[in-house]
Amino acid sequence: MTQTLYSRTRSPEIEKEIAGGGGGAAMRVIVPLQGVVQGRGGLVLGSIIPCALFYFLQFYLKRNRKDTDDQNNSNSSGQNPNPRSSSYGKLSELPGLTRSLSRGLPSPRSLRGPVFVSGRVRGIVKDSDSPYYVGLRRAKEDPYDELSNPNGVIQLGLAENKLSLDLVKHWLADNAEQAILRNGKELSISQIVPYQPFDGSMEFKVAVAGFMSQVMEKAVSFNPSQVVLTAGATPAIEILSFCLADAGNAFLVPTPYYPGFDRDIKWRTGVEIIHVPCRSTDNFNLSIAALDQAFDQAKKRGLKVRGIVISNPSNPVGNLISRGTLYSLLDFAREKNIHIISNELLAGSTHGNEEFVSMAELLDPDDSDRKRVHIVYGLSKDLSLPGFWVGVIYSYNEEVLAAAKRLARFSSISAPTQCLLVSMLSDAKFVQTLITINRERLQSMYAQFVAGLKKLGVECIKSSGGFYCWADMSGLIRSYNKKGELELWDKLLNIAKVNVTPGSSCHCIEPGWFRFCVTTLTEKDIPVVMDRIQKVSETSKLNR
Amino acid sequence: MEFTRNNRQLLSKIATNDRHGENSPYFDGWKAYDSDPFHPTHNPHGVIQMGLAENQLCFDLIEKWILENPDASICTAEGIDKFKYIANFQDYHGLKEFREGVAKFMGRVGGNRVTFDPNRIVMSGGATGANETVMFCLADPGDAFLVPSPYYAGFARDLRWRTGLDIVPVDCKSSNNFRITRAALEEAYEKAQRSNINVKGVIVANPSNPLGTVLDKETMRSLVSFINDKNIHLVCDEIYAATVFSSPQFISIAEIIQDMDCNSDLIHIVYSLSKDMGFPGFRVGIVYSFNDDVMNCSRKMSSFGLVSSQTQFLLAAMLNDDEFVGNFLRESSKRLSKRHHVFTKGLERVGISSLESNAGLFFWMDMRPLLKEQTVEAEIELWRVIINKVKLNVSPGSSFQCSEPGWFRVCFANMDDETVGVALERIRQFVLQGKEKDDVSEKSKHWKKQNLRLSLSSVRLYDENLMSPHMISPHSPIPQSPLVRART
Repeated sequence: MTQTLYSRTRSPEIEKEIAGGGGGAAMRVIVPLQGVVQGRGGLVLGSIIPCALFYFLQFYLKRNRKDTDDQNNSNSSGQNPNPRSSSYGKLSELPGLTRSLSRGLPSPRSLRGPVFVSGRVRGIVKDSDSPYYVGLRRAKEDPYDELSNPNGVIQLGLAENKLSLDLVKHWLADNAEQAILRNGKELSISQIVPYQPFDGSMEFKVAVAGFMSQVMEKAVSFNPSQVVLTAGATPAIEILSFCLADAGNAFLVPTPYYPGFDRDIKWRTGVEIIHVPCRSTDNFNLSIAALDQAFDQAKKRGLKVRGIVISNPSNPVGNLISRGTLYSLLDFAREKNIHIISNELLAGSTHGNEEFVSMAELLDPDDSDRKRVHIVYGLSKDLSLPGFWVGVIYSYNEEVLAAAKRLARFSSISAPTQCLLVSMLSDAKFVQTLITINRERLQSMYAQFVAGLKKLGVECIKSSGGFYCWADMSGLIRSYNKKGELELWDKLLNIAKVNVTPGSSCHCIEPGWFRFCVTTLTEKDIPVVMDRIQKVSETSKLNR
Repeated sequence: MEFTRNNRQLLSKIATNDRHGENSPYFDGWKAYDSDPFHPTHNPHGVIQMGLAENQLCFDLIEKWILENPDASICTAEGIDKFKYIANFQDYHGLKEFREGVAKFMGRVGGNRVTFDPNRIVMSGGATGANETVMFCLADPGDAFLVPSPYYAGFARDLRWRTGLDIVPVDCKSSNNFRITRAALEEAYEKAQRSNINVKGVIVANPSNPLGTVLDKETMRSLVSFINDKNIHLVCDEIYAATVFSSPQFISIAEIIQDMDCNSDLIHIVYSLSKDMGFPGFRVGIVYSFNDDVMNCSRKMSSFGLVSSQTQFLLAAMLNDDEFVGNFLRESSKRLSKRHHVFTKGLERVGISSLESNAGLFFWMDMRPLLKEQTVEAEIELWRVIINKVKLNVSPGSSFQCSEPGWFRVCFANMDDETVGVALERIRQFVLQGKEKDDVSEKSKHWKKQNLRLSLSSVRLYDENLMSPHMISPHSPIPQSPLVRART
């Protein structure tokens, strides 16, 4: 055992890459050049070619630098996409150097070597500068309250649903005492305190599977044994990323996408995201052609694509993926032999007339392609309980399920919370009322907000799901680029005091789009928000 | 393209490799227990679980508190006012009251000789998640950590699996009671250097799992100066801190570095309430780092293993109840001490000794005299007899990477007094039987000289006994039910 540990060194390919890669290519260019210069060209070629080479080198470096800058900026979490590559080179030299230094000195304190942490830590400082997180922080520090803090920041950047909390609260008041305390008589401590299955108790899985099919209007029934429960959707997505791709592999993700994906899919796994741009001309719907193009580009870059991650209903746009597109997606995945992760976190939070279709609905029981489909769900959105941290992996692939169950150990749900939710979700009548009333309220809130924006001359994409309005404010930005967009965002946050999410945080390819989350508001907040936005929009128009 | 054909190729290395280390006897023992669990009336001949480090001795105290404080569960008439705030509370820093409660508790467990800053408390999914988070923060794939052996069997998974790190064991020996020496550390470090392995730090469990011993001040100081000289990290896993039931007392690393000349940026603590309070079901793990970068990074990572706000709220109320906590800690160590005494003294009476210890939910049993030869194979053979014949799931030393065969970890706090009696009786029977067998085999040796055939047949008989079909070998392909799961 110990023997194998010692003999194992770092992966040889990577070391080779560091040592060899660039040098080889340079030699391939220089050797024939020497031939040309020495042979016939003489002085003229001998001077032109090096000059040209130098020029191209400069050009190449400049372009590359711009690329990386862009990437870092647009990366809301700003993390190093692949911690491995950046750290490998340094590790072999630096620690050794400081070690020899500190050994030679009498007091190690007098010369503290730098503390070497992992490559993942480095992204953190930059991360907190991203507008998405800056805005959230500001809204948290100075929250608006009609009475106690009327000049505070109104939170429209956090995707949480406060519209139906009263229903959940009432249910708890009536039933929860019994759920947890068993009426104070026979608290079953042995269900709460000791070790439980890390991927969720079977009771809870049954309840969650039932809730899922109720949310999807019984169009699909979910099998509890295909469920793995995790502490929130964040670890659910990360676990799938860990299971389906190796570091350096890639997922295709349609943009604009949820800003947290950069953390969930990429950060610790070392997996890359290839953007698949969706455009306003298509109503930000996913096109298979764009997918195909992104796939080919990734291939050219030498990246191995392991899957597609879709969000349906989409966050931030709020549109639903049609049945036809879902079928084409399946075909695409089959053709390329890759996975599909379908994030259906907002399945129950639809408010339009469009029909929501779950990926699960499309799959026949005898379809061998089921094994490439994995659904992510959670109770944070549809049940309005983000603080309870319940995420769901629903997969048709036994091996993925087996690995996910093991991995769930790193992020499992606390037992008292499971206990409480089992009784809540098992109350089918309550669940039905909640879903219906929540949809009504969502619809009314959405309609009012969109109408309010329209009065200000701001149009929203027509959407049928989610907690958001995806608004086109490109008419208000001074320059049609990311800089202009962030200037407007800054004004909205600091002058109008509303925190919204700029499209660039979601990697939207077109500038000027903003996500407004409407479910954190009450109806009487809407005029306040509109007043505030109007102030900014007027000054913006004047300045143009 | 048919999916099933290249199914495995389509999954990641992590999903398909074995680096989680759960294919060891430690986890096999679990399967044997799960398929035939002991019950005093329903299954009196089943396997008794002594491989689970769970503290069940104080459930009654927790139960009483929960019943007396219904408002803490936020879902009673008294607590419902807080509901709106709690249900939507999704800040990954955690509830302020929760962090304060945990910091206070940690200080109290450390004898109030050191205080912990609530703002440095970072949540994580159990100690499992906490250990992994720290590794993610401190090292890159291919780097290594030194771990004094014997060490917790789950470290293979927690430290290595997703992070891509390696573990370099630092062998500790029974000759000095498994103490961690500077010489052993240096040796392991040099060896790793020679093999071109980049050592990023040392991780130690204090109190030790599986030994049940606490680190003394001298050892800790030498550990700190070692890592300081090498400019590598020190992670202290202190999840058993409050299980210390007699002297020497537990000393937190936070206390040691107070009066030492060292770079505190290198020091990190992993804590949990699963063992000390005995509620692993709550999944509360804590990272406490003195390094700001690591603290910020691990806080971001806590999104991958957050404790539900309802549980945070409940614990905040419980941990801030000074009277309850004081009473709980006193009572818990009293009960652990008593149980430890009953078990170790009971074993001594049949001639089985164990490493002297004063902490943890287990002790380190010395079965070396019962080994046929001093090898890992003989240890595993003995372990199979214990699990299949004696029907006790104890964990063999080799699954803790112990460098000496013949040691076993015995957990004692996850059962009631009656089960303790049954377990002790089974061991007594086994040892007595073994002694008789020794006599027999001595006799047979005697016979060997006269009649070779007879002794051969007696050996075969013994083997067949071992292999008899109604006993489940841990290596037989038992179907993996969803209930089969790895626990501590």
